[in-house]
Amino acid sequence: MIEAKKLSMVYPDGTEALRDVNFVIPAGASCSIIGPSGCGKSTLLFILAGILKPTGGRVQLGAEPREVALILQDYGLFPWKTVYENVVLGLQIRGIPKSERRRIALSLMDKLGLSSFANHYPKQLSGGMQQRVGFARALALKPKILLMDEPLSSLDALTRETLQNFLLELWKDNGMTMVLVTHSIEEAVFLGKVIIVLTPRPGHVAKIIENLNVGDENYRSKEAFFTKCREVRQNIPPAI
Amino acid sequence: MPRGQAEHPTSYIIAALLLIALWYLASLLLASPELPAPPTVFYAFIAGIRADLGYHILISTFRVVYGIALAGSFAVPLGLLCYINRVDKYTAPVIYLLYPIPHIVLLPLIILLFGIGDLSKIVLIAIIVFFQILVTTRDAARNLSTNYIYSLLSLGATAKDIYRHVILPACLPKILTAMRISVGTSIAVLFFVESFATEKGLGYMIMYAWSRMDYPALYASMVAMALLGLCLYLILECVEKRLCAWIYI
Repeated sequence: MIEAKKLSMVYPDGTEALRDVNFVIPAGASCSIIGPSGCGKSTLLFILAGILKPTGGRVQLGAEPREVALILQDYGLFPWKTVYENVVLGLQIRGIPKSERRRIALSLMDKLGLSSFANHYPKQLSGGMQQRVGFARALALKPKILLMDEPLSSLDALTRETLQNFLLELWKDNGMTMVLVTHSIEEAVFLGKVIIVLTPRPGHVAKIIENLNVGDENYRSKEAFFTKCREVRQNIPPAI
Repeated sequence: MPRGQAEHPTSYIIAALLLIALWYLASLLLASPELPAPPTVFYAFIAGIRADLGYHILISTFRVVYGIALAGSFAVPLGLLCYINRVDKYTAPVIYLLYPIPHIVLLPLIILLFGIGDLSKIVLIAIIVFFQILVTTRDAARNLSTNYIYSLLSLGATAKDIYRHVILPACLPKILTAMRISVGTSIAVLFFVESFATEKGLGYMIMYAWSRMDYPALYASMVAMALLGLCLYLILECVEKRLCAWIYI
């Protein structure tokens, strides 16, 4: 479970990013956070991940900090580390023995189709492959909560759909809580059982929309999907 | 290949031959003992190696390498620490006031403090090169994207992890480039500090040969100094290619 209570965030330079944000995401649910650009979506995610401290309110996670993984925009990979080194990094930092981290990384890389790229550098991979490396690195930590900041936004439409299906499978198989920040209405509806719509800055919850049909790959082509997209669209305040 | 260089060794050989040919041509046109032809200098170089030139090369190499290493061992950690705002707030103004001053004029003070032996020569080289490496390292550390830091923090990193996995590897190419550039500077300073109060080193050899008007020996010493700089430069480039393979892909 993730609970945000009266969260507010004002940066030292006076920028008010969030104001009185409240929501509850049940354990094991998937949640999309959507809103106009600059509405503090990323700030909210950093606060949930414990990287930024809110200036007001608090977050309750039904998990230890080490059970939370965050995937940043533009994959958050380190260009000076190879694919393998990137994937094991989180395990290395947590002091997992070398043989154990090797075992975990190799099996994940195999699952994600990255095995033959172990010694490549991120720059040598396509965007979709780089994103897979980002997923592998986060998943290696076996998180209970997976936070993602626009993970698919810089990919082409086809790669994007493939990875959306991948994320859906991942969520269904692992039973983890997934929070996805996105600026795509379709992506928010396809992946979020709970959709949180934020207002322009300072970010504030405009609406929380339930989206119970999530979980089926064919949802995209169903009438209910389009109805839900329309509902979300109507609730998104215009960007400034 | 964003930072590609001429990969083929033949292009370097052609360039070297071209420069030697120009030198040859100039020596023929000038027809003066003050600019001997390349073969004359080559024989003087061989004769020098058979005598004591090798010893002087070794002394000079020791002074330069020691100077650069000493500078780097202070400049790199301090520059990287400037990533922290609080450190930079106090360090940056000091660097920017001291950097543009010609440090070579500190020579009398350094001789006063460290004597006229090897130490004062090494310290002067180190001081001059220190600022070059420090400024570059500091700028690299300051311009690091906070996204990398956030990305690592999200994996549960400590301050030590951040230095080890992000700040040092991200700044390393800039550090090694700064060190490569500092080779040229340090050789110039080497000549200056070896041109008096010593009877060892290539700078001394140059001054001594010049005073005897032994031009082939003078140029042979100059060639040795040039080769010293070139070798150090190439070694640092190899180190960079090895440690920072990721920027060459």
